[in-house]
Amino acid sequence: MKYAGKAHKVGDHIDTDAIIPARFLVTSDPQELGQKCFEGLEEGWVKRVNAGDILVGGKNFGCGSSREHAPIAILGAGMPVVIAHSYARIFYRNGFNMGLVLLEIGDDIERISDGDELEVDAKSGTIQNKTTNEVIKSLPVPEFMTEILTSGGLVEYVRKKVA
Amino acid sequence: MAQTLAQKILQRHCSEEVGVAGNIVQCSTSLVLANDITAPLSIDSFRKMGARKVFDREKIALVCDHFTPNKDIDSAEQVKKVREFAREMDILHYYEGGNSGVEHALLPELGLVGPGDIVVGADSHTCTYGGLGAFATGMGSTDIAGAMALGETWFKVPETIRVNITGNLEKFTTSKDLILHLIGVIGVDGALYRALEFGGSVVDEMEIEARMTMANMAIEAGGKAGLFPADSRTIAYCTDSGFADPEEIYPDSGAEYFRVVDIDVSGMSPQIACPHLPDNVKPVEELKNVKVDQVVLGSCTNGRISDLRAAAEIIKGRKVHKDVRFIVLPATPRIYEQALDEGLIKIFAQAGGIVGPPTCGPCLGGHMGILAAGERCLATTNRNFKGRMGSLESEVYLGSPITAAAAALTGEIIHPEKV
Repeated sequence: MKYAGKAHKVGDHIDTDAIIPARFLVTSDPQELGQKCFEGLEEGWVKRVNAGDILVGGKNFGCGSSREHAPIAILGAGMPVVIAHSYARIFYRNGFNMGLVLLEIGDDIERISDGDELEVDAKSGTIQNKTTNEVIKSLPVPEFMTEILTSGGLVEYVRKKVA
Repeated sequence: MAQTLAQKILQRHCSEEVGVAGNIVQCSTSLVLANDITAPLSIDSFRKMGARKVFDREKIALVCDHFTPNKDIDSAEQVKKVREFAREMDILHYYEGGNSGVEHALLPELGLVGPGDIVVGADSHTCTYGGLGAFATGMGSTDIAGAMALGETWFKVPETIRVNITGNLEKFTTSKDLILHLIGVIGVDGALYRALEFGGSVVDEMEIEARMTMANMAIEAGGKAGLFPADSRTIAYCTDSGFADPEEIYPDSGAEYFRVVDIDVSGMSPQIACPHLPDNVKPVEELKNVKVDQVVLGSCTNGRISDLRAAAEIIKGRKVHKDVRFIVLPATPRIYEQALDEGLIKIFAQAGGIVGPPTCGPCLGGHMGILAAGERCLATTNRNFKGRMGSLESEVYLGSPITAAAAALTGEIIHPEKV
């Protein structure tokens, strides 16, 4: 669960309409949604992303709709990890269920700038900012979430139960 | 232990002790909901989970309301997928076409939701049912697929913010103005991970539809749920809608709250949420010369019969401003019929309004009523995020049905007493 890539920083209260506007919700295909990721923030936003890059959000990241298309679009755009000050509740659940790694670091978010090179160890919650040579620790992932992750996501978790 | 409403309702559905905030508990679900945007993903996840049957064909509701009547081939395919799944699983509560309406207005009206229920829905405004004393919350499609298969899901017991509302409500001030005011006070992340619990003398006197308007927007403060006590008004509403044996539910005195917010509504004027967040709230008189191109009256927040009546009272006998497109969407077929019977549709049509079918489309810029660059809309809906209703360069203001009616007549956002 180690990742490395460039930080793409977005602001506070980034809502699900910004992540993936409703007009694109006529598909659930990750590739198609990925191409439209952050189209509600800026046209063609996704062109700046290279596979493996890391999204950095502010406060209340993912507020708004329950649409699971939002974490799917972020994954589809090639970003496997989000680091944020805090998350909207529904997005937090959806992210884990979809296999998107979510780290919450509160005010330490200020220690990451747009374009910084980051290395993330999701298991220990350690973020290395290679640009500033700083190490940031995220809040631990709640135990119950780890249980879903170790089952291989919610689909697998339920699969075992209905079997 | 003295319990909040949230703890009390979770306990009814949980075999272990719910206990303190922060605990994670497994609870049975009373109703599981998805719509034409979120159900297709739920169906995919349901199949991948290896599930063959839903936990209870009578406790799942699938409502096609966002891109309907279908706007294009892709949305028609999505609805087809939902329809075929509903038939395969023999799901009792499947709604489309002339039987369908805005989900959160439709389900309470059909008696499918009541006090003490736990409702989970793949739609963030599922929290609306808190107006009926239910613990109701939005989740993603895969969580909903799990609940459709198992009839249970997990919750972190939330801390609760208690909101006491007292004082005398002014003539043109409504429950929509109260919830906008609260979101303005606590912010769009003010209730993050927490439940909002409403009470106080104003709430005691508040009609059920008005309570649902407030519970609906709990999510706009980041809330997990917005809860109202189930009192004699709730019982009367639920009995009328055909919900079996509704029971009164109140929080225990001495329950522990994360925070208490006291609001005295006396003298409060209508409130408007300005672009681009629902917490950018100002009293209407502070807005000067804000012209509008479009007004939308409808949605799961304010598309109920009481909302249409309140707007019609102001519109009656007058004409919509020539520069305004006034879109009116009764939220369900029954509301549409009531509005016809009461002459409200005629009032809107004669004034030059556009009366559309029950649909969620315009609220999310998905279907009908899309805004062009530079355009401005006053809507009775629940979100004004940048680009929510169309162009990234458009603006959405949020207000009550009464301020919407005043804006439709004058072409600007104005105190309704001046109309």
